[in-house]
Amino acid sequence: MGAQKKGATARVSEDPEELARHPLQAILLADSFTTKFRPITLERPKVLLPLVNIPMINYTLAWLESAGVEEVFVFCCAHSKQVIDYLESSEWSSQPNFSVTTIESHNSISAGDALRLIYERNVIHGDFVLISGDTVSNMSLTQALQEHKDRRKKDANAIMTMVVKQSKPSPITQQSRLGTDELFMAINPVTKQLLYYEDKAEYSKGFISLDKTLIADNPSVILHNDKQDCYIDICSQQVLSLFTDNFDYQHLRRHFVKGLLVDDIMGYKIFTHEIHSSYAARIDNFRSYDTISKDIIQRWTYPFVPDVLCGSSAIKVERQGTYRASDVTLSRSAQFGSFTFIGQGTKIGTDTKISHSVIGERCTIGSNVTIEGSYIWNNVTIEDGCRLRNAIVCDGVILKSGAVLQPGVILSFKVVVGQQFVVPAYSKVSLLQQPTQQDSDEELEYADSTSGTGELRSDKLNGDIAPDLSETASELGTGGVGYIWTVFEGAYDEEWRHSVAPIPTDKLVKLMLDKDEDEELLTQDGNVISASRELKTDSDGNGSEDDDNEDSRDDYVSFEKEVEATFLRAVHENVKVDLAVLEVNALRLSYNMASVDCGGAIFYSMMKLAVESPHNSASELHRNAADIVTTWQKLLKSFLHDIDEEIEVILKFEEMCLESAKEFAALFPQILHLLYDKEILQEDAILRWADEKEGADESDKVFLKRSEKFIQWLREAEEEEDE
Amino acid sequence: MDFQVVVLAGGNSKNLTPLVSKELPKPLLPVANCPVLNYVLHQLEQSNLKDLIVVVEGEDAALLVGAWISGTFIDRLHVEIAAVPEDIGTAGALRAISHHLTAKDILVVSGDLVSDVPPGALAATHRRHDAAVTTMLCSIPVSGPLESGSSGGKDKAKKLGRYNIIGLDPSKQFLLHIATEIEKDARISKRILHAVGQMEMRSDLMDAHMYAFKRSVLQEVLDIKDTFQSLKEDVLPYLVRSQLKSEALLNRTPQGEENSNEKVSSQNNQAFISRILANASTPSFHGLYSENPDGSSSTRKTHKCCVYIASSSSYCVRLNSIQAFMDINRDVTGDADHLLSPNNIIGPSPKLGTKTTVGPNCRLGEGSEMGDKCQVKRSIIGRHCRIGSHVKAVNSVVMNHVTIGDGCIIQGSVICSNVQLQERVVLKDCQVGAGFVVTAGSEYKAESLAKKEK
Repeated sequence: MGAQKKGATARVSEDPEELARHPLQAILLADSFTTKFRPITLERPKVLLPLVNIPMINYTLAWLESAGVEEVFVFCCAHSKQVIDYLESSEWSSQPNFSVTTIESHNSISAGDALRLIYERNVIHGDFVLISGDTVSNMSLTQALQEHKDRRKKDANAIMTMVVKQSKPSPITQQSRLGTDELFMAINPVTKQLLYYEDKAEYSKGFISLDKTLIADNPSVILHNDKQDCYIDICSQQVLSLFTDNFDYQHLRRHFVKGLLVDDIMGYKIFTHEIHSSYAARIDNFRSYDTISKDIIQRWTYPFVPDVLCGSSAIKVERQGTYRASDVTLSRSAQFGSFTFIGQGTKIGTDTKISHSVIGERCTIGSNVTIEGSYIWNNVTIEDGCRLRNAIVCDGVILKSGAVLQPGVILSFKVVVGQQFVVPAYSKVSLLQQPTQQDSDEELEYADSTSGTGELRSDKLNGDIAPDLSETASELGTGGVGYIWTVFEGAYDEEWRHSVAPIPTDKLVKLMLDKDEDEELLTQDGNVISASRELKTDSDGNGSEDDDNEDSRDDYVSFEKEVEATFLRAVHENVKVDLAVLEVNALRLSYNMASVDCGGAIFYSMMKLAVESPHNSASELHRNAADIVTTWQKLLKSFLHDIDEEIEVILKFEEMCLESAKEFAALFPQILHLLYDKEILQEDAILRWADEKEGADESDKVFLKRSEKFIQWLREAEEEEDE
Repeated sequence: MDFQVVVLAGGNSKNLTPLVSKELPKPLLPVANCPVLNYVLHQLEQSNLKDLIVVVEGEDAALLVGAWISGTFIDRLHVEIAAVPEDIGTAGALRAISHHLTAKDILVVSGDLVSDVPPGALAATHRRHDAAVTTMLCSIPVSGPLESGSSGGKDKAKKLGRYNIIGLDPSKQFLLHIATEIEKDARISKRILHAVGQMEMRSDLMDAHMYAFKRSVLQEVLDIKDTFQSLKEDVLPYLVRSQLKSEALLNRTPQGEENSNEKVSSQNNQAFISRILANASTPSFHGLYSENPDGSSSTRKTHKCCVYIASSSSYCVRLNSIQAFMDINRDVTGDADHLLSPNNIIGPSPKLGTKTTVGPNCRLGEGSEMGDKCQVKRSIIGRHCRIGSHVKAVNSVVMNHVTIGDGCIIQGSVICSNVQLQERVVLKDCQVGAGFVVTAGSEYKAESLAKKEK
């Protein structure tokens, strides 16, 4: 192991000048610690997935080599064996002046764990490049590195330089062409220091909050919504020790960058380096896989394009960006569109049309097949008359004749699609069963902390899947083999966002209209908050505390609005109660509300609906309310866990009777009774409320008096029970 | 130019007591022996903006101001004087005179602005962009005495906490965000960031209180939002905030015909989508947002909020505090002496006693007399003052008809008209209100002396 020997010699020299001259090192994370490429990544690590017929990691390694990196530490976790085997058998193990060392771990669940492990190994001795194995780039590191070093000389706290690139997200979907969510950054235009970083993970409001000291310290700050994070970082050694010191840092951006920016106790700084003409992008999801594949075919990543990477004469580039390996068997009547890649040993039948697609090696494609915008990996058999649009088809898949793949379909390894079977859009099909619901539920929130283990477990799964295949074969038509993964409800919306298929136009239109509504809400809110609240605070100086209250009040009002909208949608679209509970819960989290607030808000929406439904008399109104309460009692009940929350509902109801829905005032005791009957309110709650109200002002006791009889009855019932 | 100018001259500013009084409203407060209002009017005249409405708070003050203007600018400017009640705010004042506004665009300028930035430049910017509002921004002035140097000044500016947070587009032409310095964090709308891509947040710029409005927009905002009090704190932020989504009130602006049909007709979707997909090179973010799902660009209204940023070398300060008053007096006689208009020339030289020295950056009004062995440094002495012997005046402003006894020492102070300082008075950083009598031998430091109001 040449790498370690080098490390040993370097450790002797303590002189900083010496250290600066140390060979450039890089850490390559061969695990993305996410689950976005499932089900494919259950069987093969992401870095080994073919990108225009070459495993992704090759692009990254080739770039690192060309950028002057001499020593790469490849960190493998999920499917580590596959990665190590691949690297050992590849040309990378025998390059002069470029050593690739693997570091294996079985229990790392995040990038943070990986860096902590690397720190323990004590192999990094100076500035290093931190990159994940799914990054394609052709940028030159020289300038960025020089800037980084110069800054380090002046300020030892400048520990990281992030590479960013211009890329304006779509105004409608708010995502970049790579399918990643929009990113907000604040950068000092002079020093290029990064001052603020927000990806959509913490998206909640229509506002960005910049700390005022930040603005006071920097006379000019540029807020960017038009940059893309390339996930190429030049780091100093301290980065590793920081991860060790802060053992809760998991995610490179969400925890580490955010942590340094928000609590800058140690004064560490992060800077940015913008690239303009060169290429850098990370394959984060299926959409970026599609985008980057196209970029490679169109040679934006030159010299990292298939014909150069594969060397010599194996692949020829022809007109209109078509790449063809030397021994392709092509029928005379087959048609090639532009920007298409066809790998070695592939056979293509008559009248087959292929455009904007990548076809791997040794595939057999029948006659009258249409392939459009799809990625077919190796050894795939496509029989006559199949139609594929915007799909990813992994190794060894068989499409029986007449099968149709609708846009966005992912077929994992060795899946068989039956004759004439239509695989619905956005399906993910695998021989492996979908991990249990509970598992994926967790992943929704902590995608980066559980995924690693998930993928590890799947390794073990690998062995025992074969037996139960036959049972469910019918899922993919006659003769089909594989499971269609169900999409978890919450994630359904995300499916089309990150899919390999372009976003359908009706989605765009819908989104556009939704956004309009949102904006209306926002503008309204802005006006409600009082035209110039944000301006007035300084004039009276002491208003800050009120302001906070007002703030949470505003939050609550908009939260209530959202809950109401959710509830109404649930009513009108017949959404299941469980789903509604889930949605309200999501709202609760995003607005940071307690479940007390949820109960109140839901109850409010229910009663409002009752008032708004047509009714002519008090008794009809009562019936309306009774109907709604009966239908949705489960929803309400799921947010009322204890007595306090139930009391809150009563208080809310009182408030409504006084303000927004006076019609209920007369019905107060009846509704109270109704809620009691439906077991939404326990008698304890009602009695406690009555006791609390006992000491209140006369004016406050209006409703208590009205329901006196009912309460009396409750008390008596209780006493009887006691006896 | 079809521009009407509204000069908000103010009246009795509380910040400036005891300098201003019933007899001397703020617009007439002398800066280097010349009413502060003169500086604005002079600049307007230079830019050929001659159709003016001067709004003064209070009837009495209006009469005084009117008398002065008609005496000074007769035949040179077309001025109307309008009196408005006190404490109705800048927006309130405009609302009160709204029916006098007839021109297509309105230039609103604060009467206490001492600046060499030509108002014409702002007006031209406004016209060029066909903006709803254009505001002038200038660098934050360094306040405090000159000696403290630039670093000290910076600290002061921070302490004052009066600077704005201003968001500009990359071309520095559009105003995207504005907020005065606030207690907590700055909140920036993501929507506007989506539209524009990148926004520069500046905290080193100051709103100079010179605005150009489209009249129709201004009138409608004042009309509909009747709670708006201040231009700077209500009207301007409102316009900035709603620039991508002008509300109904701006629909009457004469650009294109109305199309009230908000519904999207599905056959038009296709065209619209192709437009979205091809948006890569939209000329301006306003353009993108003003497009409509049905392909026309009529229902969704945007308006532009523009800025004119004065070059950092230009002079631009508002006289809104005593400190500012001192600074302006210092600057106008010193660094920024080009601001003194020609009609400012001093009359017959004042009479000076023997061995009396008058340093540079000083100004002596006509008919003033000084005794022997006086020293005047960086100070302004008004008209018809009588100054005894052995008087020392440094960094001070002495207005008209002031009597100063022998042996007085005045430092960093303002002495208003008709004040009498008896012998051997020592004043440091004081303000002495009009008509006050300081008894012999008294010493004051950092105090405000004024006659008790009856």
